[in-house]
Amino acid sequence: MAQVVAIDSLLAARTLWHAGRSARLPADGEPSGHAALDARLPHGGWPRRALTELLLPANGVGELALLLPTIARMTAAGGTVVLVAPPFIPYAPAWQAAGVDLAGLHVVDASPRDALWAQEQCLRSGACAAVLGWPPGGDDRALRRLQVAADSGDCCGFVLRDRRHAANASPAALRLLLEDGGWRVLKCRGGQPPSGLVQLAH
Amino acid sequence: MLWACILLPQLALDAVLRRHPEPEAPLALVGGPAQLRSLHAVNAAAAAAGLVPGMRLAAAHALLPQFAMVDYDPAAEARVHRFLAAWAYRHSSLVSAQWNSAIVLEARASFRLFGPWPRFERRLRGELEQLGFRHRIALAPTPRAARVLAGLRDGMAVMDAAALPALLDRVPVRRAVLPGDAGTRLQRMGIRTLGQLRALPSDALRRRFGQALLEHLQKLYGEADDPLECYQPPEHFDERVELGYEVETHTALLFPLRRLVGDLCTYLSIRDGGVQRFVLRLEHEQGHTDVEVGLLAPERSASMLFELARGRLDRVEIERPVVGMRLLARHLPPFVPAMQDLFAQRAQQALDWPQLRERLRARLGDESVYRVAPQGDPRPERAWCRVTGDEAKVPAAPPRPPRPTWLLPEPVPLHDPRLQVLSGPERLESGWWDGGDVRRDYYVVRTGRGQRAWAFRAAGAREGGWMLHGWFA
Repeated sequence: MAQVVAIDSLLAARTLWHAGRSARLPADGEPSGHAALDARLPHGGWPRRALTELLLPANGVGELALLLPTIARMTAAGGTVVLVAPPFIPYAPAWQAAGVDLAGLHVVDASPRDALWAQEQCLRSGACAAVLGWPPGGDDRALRRLQVAADSGDCCGFVLRDRRHAANASPAALRLLLEDGGWRVLKCRGGQPPSGLVQLAH
Repeated sequence: MLWACILLPQLALDAVLRRHPEPEAPLALVGGPAQLRSLHAVNAAAAAAGLVPGMRLAAAHALLPQFAMVDYDPAAEARVHRFLAAWAYRHSSLVSAQWNSAIVLEARASFRLFGPWPRFERRLRGELEQLGFRHRIALAPTPRAARVLAGLRDGMAVMDAAALPALLDRVPVRRAVLPGDAGTRLQRMGIRTLGQLRALPSDALRRRFGQALLEHLQKLYGEADDPLECYQPPEHFDERVELGYEVETHTALLFPLRRLVGDLCTYLSIRDGGVQRFVLRLEHEQGHTDVEVGLLAPERSASMLFELARGRLDRVEIERPVVGMRLLARHLPPFVPAMQDLFAQRAQQALDWPQLRERLRARLGDESVYRVAPQGDPRPERAWCRVTGDEAKVPAAPPRPPRPTWLLPEPVPLHDPRLQVLSGPERLESGWWDGGDVRRDYYVVRTGRGQRAWAFRAAGAREGGWMLHGWFA
């Protein structure tokens, strides 16, 4: 036996957790603004220093309704939120109506080749509160880089991808799949994925 | 006040030697008209072979068949002189380069910062040696006295103004840097020292040698004020590097680029300024290519500027060989470093947002990072705008019916048999005056796949012809 590691330290570091038992994790997540969702996530919100993956049937199906409360809260608190190569134009009047302080919202135009680089730079910099990206392709090595960058930059990373990637493994700490108008948690670090769909209150 | 004079006995030669690959080999600066070339200055090895300044080129070749010849360039000498004045400006706020091959700086005010004179002098000498310039330094209560003493004995220092006249009285007139040829003429008249000269009646001196000599003496002894032309650092930065060979790849340009950016940053820190916009000029045999580097906020970190300039340079295609590179910064705004918490925990690679933004812009293009802001125009295409930079304040959008969060760059036809109208129409009719005429009825619709969309039909149309313009995501 090379080294004795106290099980408590493993539990505290969340590399190990009790199956079946509702682990007592600190509710240190980034509140999503949706009470129904927060209640189901192990940290009571989006995982910090990690990547969250949203799997969508198409763009423009409700992903912003999920994210806008978070973005609004972060920008209102003076944080910087970056959209890297969004598929459409973030329509300023509507974002403002949703409570987003547009002074803190930045858009980065990038070709598909540069989009991953740009998102990694933003995540790693530590200057952003959240970074949203639409990575092309299904390369999980790219996602792993983003996950590491989010960890070192202490940043909430979001990647929005097509739902055909749901079957592939992903290094993201939290994976949400949109189906039938509700969000299904496919994976969440620090606990077992709760069953059932989460319906957002409109 | 105490004035230090740095005499640069071979400024033009040092300027050449410090960049020469073999400074030890015999070398001479050659000047004069083409028919009558003569040596302007020689280095130690050439002098050992018997070459002296002023010698005709033919005579020099007879003495030493092989030696390197470099054309004497007065403009280059002046440039180096200015460079040294800028260097001296770091050590004193009163610097003058008005005398040839000499720099005068006020030293007493700098003692508090750099320590007493012996330590300050060591520092000056050390830096000059590192820069590669031969020098003689003297300190005296008046600038002219310092200039004279530096010529007489290297390292001489006179702190006490009362002791100065007695010392100067013993200086030979030929060495007193008198105006014109007064020194030689006085010597021939049998007047050996400044003391003897001062004993002569001033009326007679004025008649024979003019007012300039008397004024010079008064300024030398500190009896009259000696206004100097003070050096003012220029308001712009302009340096160039001659590559000496033709370069056609980006990587070969990085070394000179790093040196230029390093010089720029040294200069910025002397001036306590930053740079927001500069031009990299790639010089070809004929013509040049300009690479503009523009930042949204002033910067002065060498590594940062190098990275940004490199990013811009990488995007430029080098079509013709580059033979020289020039860095031009015309506007140097004051630099305000970002405030940081002393105890803030920051990751190793952490950048703040302005730096991150510059990095992104350097690689993705100047227009690629922007913010969005609402505008008053009711037409959806014009109800938002891009904002670059920090200063603009975001106005509030006028109240309107619900708008989609995603707007399509261009409306696209929407064919969906199961389309369901949720609300509408909202007629938008505007822009007949500016060519962007729009007459549309907007509806919020639900598509067959359950997405809420913002779509329009031509105003008044009842059937079909849906155009999709946004998503309520």
